[in-house]
Amino acid sequence: MDVATPLFRMEAVSKRYGGVRALEEAELTVHGGRVHAVLGENGAGKSTLIKVMAGVVAPDKGRMTLEGREVVFPDPASAIAAGVVCIFQELSLVPDLSVADNIVISNPPKRFGLIDRRAQRRIAEQALARAGGEDIHPLAPVKDLPLSRRQIVEIAKALARNPRILILDEATSALTAADVTRVFAVLKRLRSEGLALLYISHRMHEIAELADECTVFRNGRNVATYLAGSKTDNEVVEMMIGREYSHVFPPKSPAKLSDKPPVLEVRTLSWGQRLRDISLTARAGEVVGLGGLDGQGQRELLLALFGVLMGVTGEVLIDGKRTLVKSPRAAKSRKIGMALIPEDRKTEGLMLPMAVRANLSFAAIDRLCHWGVIDREAERKAVEDMIRLLAIRTDGVDVPVGSLSGGNQQKVVIAKWLMVSPRIILLNDPTRGIDVGTKQEIYQLLRKLAESGAAIIFYSTDYDELVGCCNRVLVLYDGMVKRTLVEDEITERALVASALNIATDQGEAGSMPAANP
Amino acid sequence: MTMRLPVPLRRIDPAVATAFACIVLLLLLGSLYSREFLSPAYLLQQLKVASFLGVIATGMMVVILLGQIDLSVPWVVAVGGMMACAATAHGELGTILAIPFGLLCGIALGLVNGIGVAYLRIPSMIITLAVNAVAQGLMVAYTGGFSPQDSASRAMRFIATGDIVFGLPNALIVWALLGAGTVFMFTRTGFGRAIYAIGNRERAAYLSGINTQRVVMMAFAISGGLSAFAGELLAGYASKAAQAMGDAYLLPSIAAVVLGGTSILGGRGSYVGTIAGVILITLLQSILSVMQMEEFGRQVIYGFVIIGMLLLYGRERRLR
Amino acid sequence: MKDWRYRLAEQRGTLLALAIFLFMFVVYVSKHPAGFTANVVQTAANKGVLLALVAMGQTMVVLTAGIDLSAGMIFIFTNCLGSYIIAGSTPIALLGVVGVLLVGLVCGALNGLIVIYGRLQPIVTTIATGSIYYGVALWLRPQPGNSDSFNSDIADFMTGRLPGGVPVSLVALFVVVLVVWLPFRRSAIGRAVYATGSSEVAAYMSGVPIARAKFWAYTLSGLLSSIGGLYLTFITYSGDASFASGGTYTLYSIAAVVLGGVSLFGGVGSAVGAIFGALAFRTIGDLLFVFDLDPLWQPLFQGVVLLLAVCVGSARLFQIRNRLDLFA
Repeated sequence: MDVATPLFRMEAVSKRYGGVRALEEAELTVHGGRVHAVLGENGAGKSTLIKVMAGVVAPDKGRMTLEGREVVFPDPASAIAAGVVCIFQELSLVPDLSVADNIVISNPPKRFGLIDRRAQRRIAEQALARAGGEDIHPLAPVKDLPLSRRQIVEIAKALARNPRILILDEATSALTAADVTRVFAVLKRLRSEGLALLYISHRMHEIAELADECTVFRNGRNVATYLAGSKTDNEVVEMMIGREYSHVFPPKSPAKLSDKPPVLEVRTLSWGQRLRDISLTARAGEVVGLGGLDGQGQRELLLALFGVLMGVTGEVLIDGKRTLVKSPRAAKSRKIGMALIPEDRKTEGLMLPMAVRANLSFAAIDRLCHWGVIDREAERKAVEDMIRLLAIRTDGVDVPVGSLSGGNQQKVVIAKWLMVSPRIILLNDPTRGIDVGTKQEIYQLLRKLAESGAAIIFYSTDYDELVGCCNRVLVLYDGMVKRTLVEDEITERALVASALNIATDQGEAGSMPAANP
Repeated sequence: MTMRLPVPLRRIDPAVATAFACIVLLLLLGSLYSREFLSPAYLLQQLKVASFLGVIATGMMVVILLGQIDLSVPWVVAVGGMMACAATAHGELGTILAIPFGLLCGIALGLVNGIGVAYLRIPSMIITLAVNAVAQGLMVAYTGGFSPQDSASRAMRFIATGDIVFGLPNALIVWALLGAGTVFMFTRTGFGRAIYAIGNRERAAYLSGINTQRVVMMAFAISGGLSAFAGELLAGYASKAAQAMGDAYLLPSIAAVVLGGTSILGGRGSYVGTIAGVILITLLQSILSVMQMEEFGRQVIYGFVIIGMLLLYGRERRLR
Repeated sequence: MKDWRYRLAEQRGTLLALAIFLFMFVVYVSKHPAGFTANVVQTAANKGVLLALVAMGQTMVVLTAGIDLSAGMIFIFTNCLGSYIIAGSTPIALLGVVGVLLVGLVCGALNGLIVIYGRLQPIVTTIATGSIYYGVALWLRPQPGNSDSFNSDIADFMTGRLPGGVPVSLVALFVVVLVVWLPFRRSAIGRAVYATGSSEVAAYMSGVPIARAKFWAYTLSGLLSSIGGLYLTFITYSGDASFASGGTYTLYSIAAVVLGGVSLFGGVGSAVGAIFGALAFRTIGDLLFVFDLDPLWQPLFQGVVLLLAVCVGSARLFQIRNRLDLFA
């Protein structure tokens, strides 16, 4: 394979969404027989880059060449036909069709004009075997599969298309360590066969294992391309965020233990197979973190506390009294005073087309109403106070909240909940996809809230955050609390080690979730 | 640097503006046919007829804003009219309670819809269809298949046909009051906000601590009540109820709401647009009938106009 | 061994509809004074086939997560057209039949083009086009009637019986399933229709030809409704532009489709299920006659059964353990 000639090249590609510049004169060169990693913060332009390459989105400017010839992809089908195959982060599987149907979906084998189901089954089984999914039945409907199996099907589907360029966008996020090892073996073999691989991931150790060269994107531009291993992690992170990287967390004060009963106490909470006998306490002024590998029940625990799940057993005590949280509405009430900052702000935290004002006042709307009628003056004041308090940057209160940047949108979500003056604040990975500046503001805010007496339960996939913000961390595995780390015990090494040790004890070589700046 | 319109103009929904422009256009076209079209008497008559559709469209708009649909309108209208008239046959007390009784029947049917959609998560299209069939069944069984003989109460006739205030038709005043109340509800109450929020993203509304199921149930109850009320008005207008009296109002009410700029997917729309849509449809039907256009021509033109207008401002975004 | 389990699960909705229909029909026939005779079956078949055909058409569109509120009007329109052109000698009349089918195709294609290229929502598009189709039907037949040289031979044959007692209408329905539905379902474009309805976004990203899928779904839908209209002409020997009838068939086709296990959200279900749903729905109405109940109660009975059937479908809800799954 001729390493010198680029297989695929993107030149001066730009794309705007309204006022947001997703890609700005972006440039990328991909060679056959190499794994090319792409790094960058969320919002740096990586997923837009992929979408342009895969024909999902049309660029405003720029050109793409494949083997020296200029190409234009008017739709995803043309990209696939040209051999540019993408494994998307939001899976592109059709839920109601079977695994086999999905694998061959863009080009099913035909006989006499009709789909040849037996040939389809053969192709599917081969592709599944290649991707490490022999345990997946080809006739199973995709919607019934757990996320990790669906990711394997997505990979099998890509492999079945005989790609020349394979793009993986966070394709391993839900996989177990064993799955990842098998997938990497496949990818390495493909590389030796001359395929070009484009690998987008946040996991530094995966990139270290797999990549030949790396590119860093920031603000829609390609800021650096270098050989894998030639830069330190810190240097890479600095390129990603564009300035010197230093952990900036507000100083932690150890929670003052008072005689009062803990604000929140949970005893032997269980929910089906996903949560088992979980016990925890959170006192006023404490920030309690939830750690462990992704998908061990942390999210479900927060939902259970907030009253969203049905069939939860165990006891929840608020201020020492047994309480049943029946719904988010009950959780919000003054008696309980709980708030949940949800996982996905766009679909769970905000009504994007509605005004900033309406979104901000939404959780507190009952308290701003007299007999059902909104007190406009009270609303205006409350909204303005919040905007000031959180330094939310917006073009007025009547613009749709969808026009704000990701960081400001998240601030709106937090502000919305602060309006109901919660005493227990649950956060579900609140800084995902947020720029560094806003993250630091959020850390300051959490510290202030804790100091004013709130009990905070904080789930994060970023170990630095857990180290920097929390007084205690509960490490979860398979729905159970396996270890508790207190104050100075909380270090990144300890977190990683306990997650790993637990995993090793359970018989799985754990993958190391890395720092996520 | 994008061009931006001056502030007052920026806030006008292009759909609403187009709808009102079409109304003006229709009136002008009509006036070419006959000067009568611009006479106050004619316009007032149109507004009176539009009021009946307007009441129904109001209920329909509330449901459509949620992202749902109410196909039970035809027979809930009939239930309203027939039950109110039936009450008058029960003496003095019956006559006084006629209007509330009809309303109650409509609200009850609306609640069945609402509970089905909100709590049983049945698609609104199918449960309202089923409720429509049940309502029809009830009325057919009640009347024995004949035209109902009971007559409308004096109050009903008064509201539907009288004109007590400056010569303005009472029905129009009723619609205006209802409209004002609806606008107030949408813009100034928590309930109204919740409706828009649920239409936009029910998941987020639920996670914000709103009792979304109760809001949806109440919205359908409102729609049922308003449909029944319209039935009472229609019965008052004709002095009695009739079989299938609501059939002609289902599709026009949906069209009126959509032509007024409300998205059929929910979450977007203003009541002013619905007013425009109602007047537009009423005018269109009336002009076509005055022109002595045959029924078939009216149907065809009606369909073309709806498609034409939607192509102007009702198009979805491209996938890319 | 697990294969048949999956295939069975896939057909769950259709099989349930079949079970409901068989149950209803057995009750009907056992209580009917004439019993399971060829006449009884033939009459039932002729009436049921009408709704079954329109329901098949509705299925096509619903599979793409759309809805066709003009189905009943295409039905009426083609009925009126047929009453004119299915006339003369048999070969000429057969051309008339072909003409009717072509018009059905065109109506469906028109719906599809407006939805796809106009990017309008199906519900309002088909309300408007339904109005147009009805208008043309009314222009054709301001009064019910048929042409003087109406060819009743074809009509009689299509509504008659084969030796052995099998109604021709059922055979015709079977032929339609064989020639239209099954090839469609097994074709790439049929697969594309299911994909589009199940998740248009995922289908788009996977390179599925969404526009073509929708176009064929709407076009075939028009064809199927027009076959229904043909049959109405055969049964009634005339064309009748009845607004009420068109509306009824539209709404009942939606009920039949839901009873037949087709999801209104798209991507799930089969036209065969819709056929059973239609037949079941029709039989419900007829049950009253055999139970000697006042025909006045028929609409109510039909409505209540529909309501109950629809509520039963939501029994799945009791399995929900995460309330977020209730919301899209």
